[in-house]
Amino acid sequence: MDSSAIRSRLAGAEGRLFWRSLGELSDTPQFREYLHREFPEQASQWNNPKGRREFLKLMSASLALAGVGACVKQPEERIVPYVRQPEEMVPGRPLFFATAIPFGGVAAPVLVESHEGHPTKVEGNPQHPAALGGSDIFAQASILTLYDPDRLQSIRFRSEVRGWGDFFSAMKGQLGAQRPRQGAGLRFLTERLTSASAAEQIATIKQAYPQAKWHVWDPTAKAAGAPSATYDFTKADVVVTLDADFLTGGPAAIRYTRDFAGRRRAAADAEAAEAAEHVMNRLYAIESTPTLTGAKADHRLPLRASEIAAAAQALSGGNGSGTFSNSAAQAFIAAAAKDLQAHRGRSLVVAGDYQPAAVHAIARQMNEALGNVGVTVTYGPSVDINAGDHAASLRELTQAMHSGQVDLLVILGGNPVFTAPADLHFDVALTKVALSVSLSMFPDETAFVTHWNVPEAHPLESWGDARAFDGTVTVMQPLIAPLYDGKTLQEVLAVFIDAQTGKNAHDLVKEFWTRAYAGTVPGWTFTDPTGQPFKSADSFWRHVLHDGWITGTAAAENGGRRAEGGNVATSDAVASTSAQAPAIAPGPSSALPPPSSSGLEIIFRPDPMIWDGRFANNGWLQELPKPFTKITWDPTAWMSANLAKEKGLIDGDLVELRYRGNTAKLPVAVVPGHPEQSVTVFYGYGRQVTGRVGSSADATAREFDVYKLRTSDALHFGTGLEIAKVGRYLLARTQEHHLMEDRHPVRIATVEEYRKDPEVIARFGERPPRTLTMIPDWDYSQHYKWGLSIDLTSCTGCNTCTIACQSENNIPVVGKEQVDNGREMHWIRVDHYYEGTPEDANSIKTHHQPVPCMQCEKAPCELVCPVGATTHSAEGLNDMVYNRCVGTRYCSNNCPYKVRRFNFLLFQDWETPSLEPLRNPDVTVRSRGVMEKCTYCVQRINLARIDAKREDREIRDGEIVPACASACPADAIVFGNLNDPNARVSKLAARERTYGLLEELNTRPRTTYMAELRNPNPELS
Amino acid sequence: MSQVFHRSTNIWSKVSIVLGLAFVTFLAWIVVSLSWSGYVTGQSVTVDQPVQFSHAHHVGSMGIDCRYCHTTVEESPFANIPPTKTCMNCHSQIWTSAPILEPVRASFRDNTPLRWTRVHDLPDFVYFNHSIHVAKGVGCVTCHGRVDRMPLMLQENSLQMSWCLNCHRNPDQYIRPRDQVFSMTYERPANDPDFGKRLVTEYKIADVKQLTSCSTCHR
Repeated sequence: MDSSAIRSRLAGAEGRLFWRSLGELSDTPQFREYLHREFPEQASQWNNPKGRREFLKLMSASLALAGVGACVKQPEERIVPYVRQPEEMVPGRPLFFATAIPFGGVAAPVLVESHEGHPTKVEGNPQHPAALGGSDIFAQASILTLYDPDRLQSIRFRSEVRGWGDFFSAMKGQLGAQRPRQGAGLRFLTERLTSASAAEQIATIKQAYPQAKWHVWDPTAKAAGAPSATYDFTKADVVVTLDADFLTGGPAAIRYTRDFAGRRRAAADAEAAEAAEHVMNRLYAIESTPTLTGAKADHRLPLRASEIAAAAQALSGGNGSGTFSNSAAQAFIAAAAKDLQAHRGRSLVVAGDYQPAAVHAIARQMNEALGNVGVTVTYGPSVDINAGDHAASLRELTQAMHSGQVDLLVILGGNPVFTAPADLHFDVALTKVALSVSLSMFPDETAFVTHWNVPEAHPLESWGDARAFDGTVTVMQPLIAPLYDGKTLQEVLAVFIDAQTGKNAHDLVKEFWTRAYAGTVPGWTFTDPTGQPFKSADSFWRHVLHDGWITGTAAAENGGRRAEGGNVATSDAVASTSAQAPAIAPGPSSALPPPSSSGLEIIFRPDPMIWDGRFANNGWLQELPKPFTKITWDPTAWMSANLAKEKGLIDGDLVELRYRGNTAKLPVAVVPGHPEQSVTVFYGYGRQVTGRVGSSADATAREFDVYKLRTSDALHFGTGLEIAKVGRYLLARTQEHHLMEDRHPVRIATVEEYRKDPEVIARFGERPPRTLTMIPDWDYSQHYKWGLSIDLTSCTGCNTCTIACQSENNIPVVGKEQVDNGREMHWIRVDHYYEGTPEDANSIKTHHQPVPCMQCEKAPCELVCPVGATTHSAEGLNDMVYNRCVGTRYCSNNCPYKVRRFNFLLFQDWETPSLEPLRNPDVTVRSRGVMEKCTYCVQRINLARIDAKREDREIRDGEIVPACASACPADAIVFGNLNDPNARVSKLAARERTYGLLEELNTRPRTTYMAELRNPNPELS
Repeated sequence: MSQVFHRSTNIWSKVSIVLGLAFVTFLAWIVVSLSWSGYVTGQSVTVDQPVQFSHAHHVGSMGIDCRYCHTTVEESPFANIPPTKTCMNCHSQIWTSAPILEPVRASFRDNTPLRWTRVHDLPDFVYFNHSIHVAKGVGCVTCHGRVDRMPLMLQENSLQMSWCLNCHRNPDQYIRPRDQVFSMTYERPANDPDFGKRLVTEYKIADVKQLTSCSTCHR
């Protein structure tokens, strides 16, 4: 990277300059060469090492097939009807079932599409208050995990296959020995749990074995002692985050994104008369590692993780005093504090999960003093049934294991051998346990060393229950019988309870909630959505299974269950005293650890895609480009441009990380906006034992395990890191793929500028006259005219659309090597643009833009296809006909948006039987040599059109929702008929902030964008 | 250098050009006629089935409506092959010991489905939808032929794309009133040239542009 070139380029730029990567910004010769190639170098070569013989074999085979292709008989197909057809089953039409996918114990409420008994697609549950139809990447990708052929497939004892009965009697034998000792040698270890039925089971076990202990460990658990808060972003005008990433990383983010983005959109599109009513919220992000929340913020202050506490203190003091590594900090904090003061009762301070309890306490004090509690934030008991200090809990367990007190350890979920902090030496301790049991979905590091392995049922195979982030009880029902003998947590716990012997998961869950309905489980009263009691237990249960959740069980509604909820009585007093003082809520300063300034800081974060490592075998998540870096398949160590320069590092350098006597290796990624003298490392990679997809590719990749650096006293950050370059490592990143040189793909304005002069967006580009085209006009007036609007004001860059599209449209995974060749297949990508100077972290602004096919009315791709494989449909779609495509790739070459994807190789897995039921039967599975691209989910359009025509009516607005729009938690994507002036999409398309991507080319794209509006504080600009 | 070939051999070069062209044409003819033949398209070919089910008997002689078995034809892309239970509705009462029905009884007894061989097999990149065709007045007979005269099921038409397009380009020539869709014997009025066009308007059948857009059938 040549920083002088970058500076001169930035200085010479006219208007606003957006850039995607440091390579682009410095405009190196390598970058220009990359850019001007149609495909990356050697992209059209076949690098399979099998060699000449294989090549000749394939060539002769393809010649023969090309010659007689037309005469090849189809293989005979069988039709296998039911013996007794289930009621309500219409073969050929999918059914939808409401269930939940727990993530970190918390339910992500979903609707799952099922074709003749096999689930194919996960959608958000539109009625559930915690989802409102949105979902996230983890829920979307869970369907691939269900069908993963590498899952643990049978019960094993010391690597030998056993039956459930064997396990059952082995456990009963152990319990017999434990009973006289009151279970003193019995230990359970779980992850975070919110299931009320499991809670009751655990309580029952503890009653029978009072000395038995239950421990909990989740590597991503928030700091011990931090209060549990739920936020209402619809009411917050000013939001200040303290290292909090509320827009990603868990089921709560789905609803938070919807609320936060909804406020932004409403304000952006408010007419002048209602502008006062719809104030755009303002987000100040004080954060360490760059997050998508920080990217969305109107103002972002990069600070080291260890300085956040001091910043929180300064914020609550209201004056920004204190010394920070970032010179902009004082002014920033003072302005944010002033803004908070000006919005009492309509503001919100959010503390991050990975910050210590002291920061949470300050945030809570501020919220109380500002009168926000009960309005924008509710504090209450956690929805976890086992909230507590995870590190202390695991430490206690490990000590007991080391001292030989544990006779039977039952590990229910999680992978502690891999994820436990290094200083606890959990793996060593495990060898001292007489008998260990693990319940896990994959043969992982823990299953490798435990005696009994029980395969865990996937959530889509399970009866169960969990609570949503707001407390709503969400019931899980299976979409399919367990594929591999899987057992649920409840079923394994039932083995330890005499009264539940032989009961299956369905009976356990139904029986618990029926008892709760009848009032024999204390604390629950249920009413139907109208507030009336249910007619009978049966009608209650049917209602719950239909909806997937129980009305009125959210913690805020069920007042009794959340004793601390609502307005805290003392908050008024605090607010009145602080009203005179400039301080928001001066907190106790002694509780804070002193910020350390010696050595580099290390920040531990879960990987944004594979999380704590649990999704390592999920190819969709592995290949999803990570935020900011757009790197796939590998973790990186993030650092600022200045630190990289100081250490002589560039992207892709492999560094050794030395921290507290332990070492690990990671490749470097320079991330503009990262705080100085600080390095973020992501745990989850470096898996030793897992499936084929997630296993580390080579010896180097096995050293990416940064859990080895993590210690239980400082789980989320610490100082004293040393780094040294040890080599280079190939990173597969999509950042520079599919570029559109120097035009203005993203358009940005402040809400003030836009309200004053709505034309500010149009002035970014030019709209050529409509007649200036060689392509003949097409009459759309007699048909539907499909259009898609993407609102960049709402979009948070979370990537959920990409993975939803992958799931809906049978898009293959190509692997790291092919991604490096520029052959990734995602039909909708999320482009990422930077603005600012890389060396100045404060100047960095980030923008996201999802790019699907534009479905141009004057489509350049259609003109150049020699075989008519891409044609214009009556409704204006650029149809792609796979069976006609011969793979010339002219269309892709001529596409200015670079949204076409080519199957260079046979990327689809035709071999693995378990992946067959995963595929959407309504979409063709493409083979090698075929071009493909976004179709606006034409299968959904056709289905709706047929249904409407059968009923002799027009398609209703909102009846067709493409997979990306349906999954989007921010509701940023809207699809509809542009010929209908009342359609939502038409109204959006008529807004002044709507523009077409590269509209100067006069392709008349049907996909349009709504410019990003931000709401900066004038005092800080 | 002297001539390698004598002038008299010119005839061979002429003959080989003509023969060569003829051979290429012949090859092309073979390829084309093979691909249009029933051997490849499956037209008019009967296939082995687990039970020699006769539509001629059940539809022709007994007069059972198509929808008694093909229950989902009006609401789903797939017309449904009846579950064994549907067969047993009658055959638990009549022909209860006929040897030809043993596979059906076995299926019902053992709860193992019958495995039929698909007769009308479209390529996997074609997405045909029964419900919309039935709703817009395409009779069963129009595509499937007189199944009431078929002792063994066979494919009446080629099911090639050109055959589909005949109707998608000129729906007025093929459709019939909705109440006659399931009739085996319906004849269109011979002396009413505008009959089809009136139905097209009445049933709001999409225009040819829409009916021949690629994504209407391929996706």
